[in-house]
Amino acid sequence: MTSTATLSVCGVSKHFGGLQALRDVSLHVNRGEVVGLVGDNGAGKSTLMKIIAGVQQPSGGHVAIDGEPAEFTSPAEAAAAGISTVYQDLALAMQRDVVANFFLGREILAGHWLGRHLGWLDRRTMRERTARELARLHTRIPNIDARCKDLSGGQRQALAIARASAWCDRVLLLDEPTSALGVEQHREVLDLIRRVRDLGTAVILVSHQMLDVLAVCDRITVLRLGAVVAAVEREDVSADDLVGYITGSKPGRGQASTERPGGGPAASGAAGGGATAGDGAPAGGGPGAARPAETDGE
Amino acid sequence: MREVRPVSERVAAPPLAPDGTRAADRRAWLLREGWTTLVLVALIVGFAIWSPDFFGKLNWLNTSSTATEVLLLALGETFVIIAGGIDLSVGAVLGLSGMAGGRVMADLMSGGTSTALTVAAGFAAALAVGLAFGMLNGGLIARCHIPAFVVTLGTLGIATGLGNLIYNGQEISAIPAWVGAFGNTNLLGWIPVPVLIAAVLCVVTGLALAKTRYGAYTYAIGDSREAAIRAGLPWQRQLVKIYAVSGLLAGIDGVLVMSRLGAASPTSGVTDNLNAIAAVVIGGASLFGGRGKMLGSIIGTLIISVLLTGLIIVNVPPYWQEVAVGVVLITAVYIDQYTGRRRR
Repeated sequence: MTSTATLSVCGVSKHFGGLQALRDVSLHVNRGEVVGLVGDNGAGKSTLMKIIAGVQQPSGGHVAIDGEPAEFTSPAEAAAAGISTVYQDLALAMQRDVVANFFLGREILAGHWLGRHLGWLDRRTMRERTARELARLHTRIPNIDARCKDLSGGQRQALAIARASAWCDRVLLLDEPTSALGVEQHREVLDLIRRVRDLGTAVILVSHQMLDVLAVCDRITVLRLGAVVAAVEREDVSADDLVGYITGSKPGRGQASTERPGGGPAASGAAGGGATAGDGAPAGGGPGAARPAETDGE
Repeated sequence: MREVRPVSERVAAPPLAPDGTRAADRRAWLLREGWTTLVLVALIVGFAIWSPDFFGKLNWLNTSSTATEVLLLALGETFVIIAGGIDLSVGAVLGLSGMAGGRVMADLMSGGTSTALTVAAGFAAALAVGLAFGMLNGGLIARCHIPAFVVTLGTLGIATGLGNLIYNGQEISAIPAWVGAFGNTNLLGWIPVPVLIAAVLCVVTGLALAKTRYGAYTYAIGDSREAAIRAGLPWQRQLVKIYAVSGLLAGIDGVLVMSRLGAASPTSGVTDNLNAIAAVVIGGASLFGGRGKMLGSIIGTLIISVLLTGLIIVNVPPYWQEVAVGVVLITAVYIDQYTGRRRR
């Protein structure tokens, strides 16, 4: 199953000098599925995101698209493969309008001579397509000619997500999309994530908000100290469980059963596979057991 | 690289909000930008009441020529400032371009080359020098990541020094008489050729900024460099192009100023760069980038020019113009902050 997952991360490691940021991390996500990625600060979430998005390259292991190993040396290559990322800062040009932001870097040129030779923009088509895309995701942005700085936080988030999902329909990485939002906007962004999922995109949601993760994710992977300590179905866990995995007060579980059948070990070959399969349980329990004092302190 | 390919081809287009929202936006813009226009009108009316000569042909020719010199630099500076940069070198590049063109023409003419060829080579040399300095600025800023202020302060010095070296700090007046005639021909009696050229360039640059991808990239880079990079914009190439345009306009300006004077002077343009920057800022552009309009820069230039020639015509020492421009500049930014025009 995982060998043909839309996106699979197979035994990925990453070290910066002597610092081991990720250790043999595997996860996968399919079309129409939301996978949560949680963990404390410094657990390796950001590094993993950057590797998937092509910003950084893994020290070991690999990322695969539809079962085919892919090596992204730049974000552009990841984008070309259909992977898109919405970072916390949203990367919107605040003084430009919704249309300009939606088509940032992908402007439509007019069909006539001016467009072909002088880059004359086809503003009308850009407006229509922006409106259509936003309508597709039922986003509540009433005025596509408004400047981004005049939008609410939720509308900005919606625009960033809609833009990302419109141009890269395979995998959408979301980094803390619900932080700093009001209650209503918060709910709308979660609805938006569900709609993106329903339209057939594989979504990875990074969040510190356990209730959000439980609300929209089908499966949840917990990182702790650079390793997967739990990979569980949503039905099987509570917010307290997740916090337990994150802090290490609860021993890890689930990684072996979820990842072993396909994913990393099988795809990454005999040598790596053997090591990963063998390490599965200890890697899960190890870090959690190793630092019990820390969790008492918290 | 990636073709434009929205996923939603199958979804029916929703009814689009009419462009009325744009019109409302435009009205708000006019209201907020309108006051600079009012200042301009007030200056014109005030000077006209003060001195009837203000509406005379002589003052019109004088004012329009003065405006042209600053205007070409302001047009280029508008792109640069909207992109979040600054170009301090344009005035010096103007002078150097004129001197380079003048030297080429003087040498060719003394060698007996035909006037047409001499003028063509001289003008081409001036434009090439302007373009080269612009590309040098852009390259150092975009590729070597040296701050724009530092790079253009450096090239300001380089261009000033080279401009003086070309003819030992002297003017070059041994250029074809055709050049002076070209710069001082008044079409229909009222429109100097340089003014006509400047008007055409206003339209071209205004449309480029507002209607083309070049303009969209310029705004995006100045608004959020990070967003532009993440969106995959060729931001470095775009920055080089922006400074290249600024340099090329300074080169064109060098030709026009030389044509008007009938000679190339190494001191041409020395005060124009600060006036151009002031004009752009008075026109509503933000030095933080992402904000500004070509029309604003044009109005800002006209305010500065009318102040200069108007004060002369009412017999106020022209040094007061510099004082007045300083006051207008600071007031403009203050009013913008107060009305929210400049608030990010």
